[in-house]
Amino acid sequence: MSKERIKISDDLYDIMPSDYQDLVKSATYGKEDRGWKDIGNSKELIEQHSLCAGCPESMAFRYILASLPNPEDTVMVGSTGCTSLVFPMVAVHNIHSLFGNQNAIASGLKRALSVRFPGRTKDVVVLAGDGATVDIGLDMTLQAWFRQEKFTTICFDNELYANTGGQESGLMQKGFVAKMAPVGKLFDKVRLPEIARESGCHYVVQCTVSKPSLVEKVVRNAVMISREIGPTYLQLYTPCILEIGKNSMEGLQEMRDSEKPTERFAYKEYMSEPAKQLLAEIAAKDKEKKAAAKQLASQGA
Amino acid sequence: MADSHSVIGTKNKKGQTFTDTWTMMNDAPRTPSFFTGSEVIKEALRRASCDVMIAYPITPQSEAAALIGELFAEGYIGDYFRGESEFAVMSQCAGAAFGGARVFTTTAGPGTMRAMENFPMWSGARLPIQMIVTCRGINSPLSIQPDTLEIAYLLNTGMLVWHAETAQDFFDWILKGYMVSEEPDVHLPLALCCDGFFVTHTKDVVNLTPADMCLPPYDPYRSPVPCMDMECPPVRMMRDPFVMKSNYISYATHASWQQEVWAAVERSRKHTIKWINGLIETENTDAEVIIVSSGTAVSQGREAIRLLEDEGIRCGLVKIKSLRPWPGEEIREATKNAKHIIVPEFNVTGWLAKEIKATIPNSDRVNAGPRVCGGMTMPPEIIVSEIKNLLGMRSMSMAGRGG
Repeated sequence: MSKERIKISDDLYDIMPSDYQDLVKSATYGKEDRGWKDIGNSKELIEQHSLCAGCPESMAFRYILASLPNPEDTVMVGSTGCTSLVFPMVAVHNIHSLFGNQNAIASGLKRALSVRFPGRTKDVVVLAGDGATVDIGLDMTLQAWFRQEKFTTICFDNELYANTGGQESGLMQKGFVAKMAPVGKLFDKVRLPEIARESGCHYVVQCTVSKPSLVEKVVRNAVMISREIGPTYLQLYTPCILEIGKNSMEGLQEMRDSEKPTERFAYKEYMSEPAKQLLAEIAAKDKEKKAAAKQLASQGA
Repeated sequence: MADSHSVIGTKNKKGQTFTDTWTMMNDAPRTPSFFTGSEVIKEALRRASCDVMIAYPITPQSEAAALIGELFAEGYIGDYFRGESEFAVMSQCAGAAFGGARVFTTTAGPGTMRAMENFPMWSGARLPIQMIVTCRGINSPLSIQPDTLEIAYLLNTGMLVWHAETAQDFFDWILKGYMVSEEPDVHLPLALCCDGFFVTHTKDVVNLTPADMCLPPYDPYRSPVPCMDMECPPVRMMRDPFVMKSNYISYATHASWQQEVWAAVERSRKHTIKWINGLIETENTDAEVIIVSSGTAVSQGREAIRLLEDEGIRCGLVKIKSLRPWPGEEIREATKNAKHIIVPEFNVTGWLAKEIKATIPNSDRVNAGPRVCGGMTMPPEIIVSEIKNLLGMRSMSMAGRGG
């Protein structure tokens, strides 16, 4: 979508909602080096949210939306759960249809956009919880990867069903006592990052959202690689502070504690050879650009 | 915004001319061709300017789904792939339709049931997907035989539901169906049903439109809801998602949305009447006995009428073409003189007879049968026998039926 499309007619300007005026005036659509540092300086693509106070998922949402390389041509696909409470307030087109079918929706969507807009970049990004990704939707998650569908899958891993009140999920830790796991979960946390690698994902990262710069990096990498090569997968720890008995201000510390090298959310990354090459090319181009800008600046001085 | 009419007269990449659909379907020369129902589906799709087709194997639609793959290989379809299950396929169809594509798929029996959660979602999201249902048994133990029970489940999804009798219906309605589905005041999915094997696997003479003419492309911006392609400004849909709210505004929103879907089904009535020449077809509605049915049960009814004529018994016929929108007024009018209304069906529950009973005055006139199921054929003789029994006449006893 060209930025021209969202311009407001002068005659109608004053009757447009202020959210929309802000979007046109100070959103980062079309800004090449957009990223988490725009948060606070620009109109964000997320407008408030109805998540719990201090929910790490809300931080993750803001970082991801600030990091999308091409939001003006990105369509996001969600699923049922806490994320579906946020999507209606997001300034990119987004689809919620059923619980667990997000990767099937994204497969059809990406193909339709490729048929309709040949030669143009239209990114598709799936964002769903762990119940949707790993339990009810696992079949469609994996099959999209087997087929090498060119979109990014992001899983908000809070290790349980949060929206329905804290039931056991496949990504829950073994032994954790929860609703529907009254004597503690009896089997291990599903190793989806490893399964993703074996299923054909070209870029897989597991991390927490404690560091916005890291979220920015992995989101950009995942989207660029899925655009050019094939499926990518991010598993982000967004603890449900409510269901693990923490207070609003304790989410960040929970993530920092869980990402220590010996803990279950230690940074994990897999990359295919073509993906490595692509990232190297992008890095070389960025370097060239920076050098040219520097030269231009020194000439100007 | 794209104007689909501007492409009329131009050629697509296969050299077919985008043709005004009314001209193509009603004025263009037709070529009689001897094809199976599955091949007819392929020939209709060749002319449908379809963007995305998603396939999954299940008898008896597998052949049609694979033949459309051949069309894709020849370059007639934008994209085509095999999904992993019907539930996934119907979601993939939804994704493609959300992205502004003209979408086609085929399914049958248990697969249709597996995918069921998608259908009210399609209607609610106003996605004009076309789905062919080649009906087959959904019972356990496993059956692949013709049986129309799955149609009963589709009737309350908010989809348009048509029931083809012949391969000719199929050919014409696939192409015309998109015209009704894609009207901005309708914009709903269409389940185009036929009786598996009887229509899909038998050969029939079908009059085809010229292969070098095709439908104008789908214009996703002629829609009551935004196309999810980021080509129009995203809007903040709501302050708080209604899903979480237990208050009057939330209830009213959901209620009005459902009512709007069903109002759209009603609004499709005028377009359906125009394109498929009425929701029903009738013959001799002044007769005392009228057979009312849909699908191939109508064909068996025609044969029964011929046999009855030989014995001097006059019998009328109502062929129901569209089940949603439901031709209530038309059926009331067509059956107003009838003393006996015979509803032959290929399913155990008699869903069509129930619909008709709920529609007409003096519903005790409705004879809910004969019915066969599980793949049984329906010899016209059992319809004849049923009618003669109703008229108090002796009929030949049928083997295995006693009497």
